[in-house]
Amino acid sequence: MKKEVAIIGVGQSAFVRGYEGSIRELAFEAFREAMQDAGITQKEVDASIFCSAPEYDKQRSPAGVLAEYLGLIPQPTLYVETVCSSSSSGVRVAYSMIKAGLHDIVVVLGFQKMSELTSAESQERMGRGADIQWEAPFGTMMPAYYALYAQAYMAKHGVTHEDLMNVRIKASTYGVINDRAVYRKPVRPEDFRAGDPEAKMAAPVAWPLRVGDCCANADGSSCIILASAEKAKALSKKPIWILGIGAASEAVNMASRPDFTKGLSVTYHAAEMAYRMAGITPKDVKVAEVHDCFTIAEIMAYEGLGFAPTGEGKQLIREKATYKEGRIPVNVDGGLLSKGHPIGATGGSQIRTIVLQLRGEAGAMQVPGEPDIGLVHNIGGVGLYGNITILGRD
Amino acid sequence: MGFEKFGRRSFTAVTKTSRFVDLLAEGKVEGTVCKDCGEKYFPPRADCARCFSKNLDWFEMPKKGRLETFTTAYYAPLGFENDPPYSMGVVDFGSGLKLFARMAKDIKPEEWKVGMEVTVRPIKYEDGQLSFEITKV
Ligand SMILES: [Zn+2]
Repeated sequence: MKKEVAIIGVGQSAFVRGYEGSIRELAFEAFREAMQDAGITQKEVDASIFCSAPEYDKQRSPAGVLAEYLGLIPQPTLYVETVCSSSSSGVRVAYSMIKAGLHDIVVVLGFQKMSELTSAESQERMGRGADIQWEAPFGTMMPAYYALYAQAYMAKHGVTHEDLMNVRIKASTYGVINDRAVYRKPVRPEDFRAGDPEAKMAAPVAWPLRVGDCCANADGSSCIILASAEKAKALSKKPIWILGIGAASEAVNMASRPDFTKGLSVTYHAAEMAYRMAGITPKDVKVAEVHDCFTIAEIMAYEGLGFAPTGEGKQLIREKATYKEGRIPVNVDGGLLSKGHPIGATGGSQIRTIVLQLRGEAGAMQVPGEPDIGLVHNIGGVGLYGNITILGRD
Repeated sequence: MGFEKFGRRSFTAVTKTSRFVDLLAEGKVEGTVCKDCGEKYFPPRADCARCFSKNLDWFEMPKKGRLETFTTAYYAPLGFENDPPYSMGVVDFGSGLKLFARMAKDIKPEEWKVGMEVTVRPIKYEDGQLSFEITKV
């Protein structure tokens, strides 16, 4: 395993509904924490990368504005976007810059302030993150797209609504103990009871997906500071190394998707690339963050990442293997479902979670057994973009 | 111009494939086929990604396919608020040809089944918008 680029600082704002501040102030929250974590000043940062999904706030070309507010001028800055996986893509670009020898220390800042829009406006923006010429005219939205996968996948592999519910219950178990999560309440089976007006999780959104199957919109920011091996060794007591990094893309239109019963193709492609680069197999992963924008997405990700054979992902949730004490803990910070999904900040937040796990600093969420290798799976759109990052400690 | 008439609400006015809307008005749902290499496309394309040709012609989509998957939306994005519930699905015609569309409103959501045989027909909405939808054979 090559140790050429490390993460030396991580930060994340609380994920909230209706952040009381502007995007520059939101960005500063994650930045402050990551810089203090790394123990560096702005003078030591060589470049910055800002990541979000466009059209949630009014700022066009946010990189310059945010770089100034963070005190990162006159260093180079740029904007990177792959919707929900924007900040993982930002980390990919930062990795490349450092590996190329262009820069030694790069800040990747993901942010999203979703609360400036209503939920219906937000769904319209997300629908337009897919094919605006041939699909958005039908009234598409993210839950409907993932529901297309859920319908075919559940029918073929015998996955039940109870399995989906159990993914949501697991997420809430950790949302309760994560003080940065937007949804901090426990979820109980009775919250999914069909026909019960008190059961808020049971209402259909895009069948077979219900309210409880959908992640929580949030405002939030995340910050990851990457460094060259030389700088990381000089500055950091606990550098976390990027061992493998994989990315893939898929056809935007549902008519061009090969198979709805197999999960997202980008997961399989990006995972293969990241595992090969890291020189490890799925069995070596001790803790993972997967893109659970919908409950069904977590079960499909188990398979795409090789934690379970195709069609057997449901067994992991049935056997509680992805709980903190299980064989392969997944989303023990609450995931997108409970921690929340501030689109551009999500990948960085997932990476932060794994960095804290590998450093042994995850507090109540810490996975036992001193995990040495962790994986982050971050998807943009409906499997339009896939980004996988494998991290390891010294 | 012309493509603003496509779907419940179009986000694109100008495209080299806007003849698709004229064909809908004539009662046809058509894709494009490359005259140089024979590659077929749905949704239609003006350019062949396989051989780089811009010589594409129209062909009528098959009449029968299999419903590969579908969903029923009980909540809608901005601009579609009056439509729920509405179903959308993917039809597989075999040999790599598929289509994504809304499904006929006169059929109850519970009547749709993955794998059932379906067909596709053009429709005109009361406001004059033109589209196509999946329905039972
Ligand atoms: Zn051709």
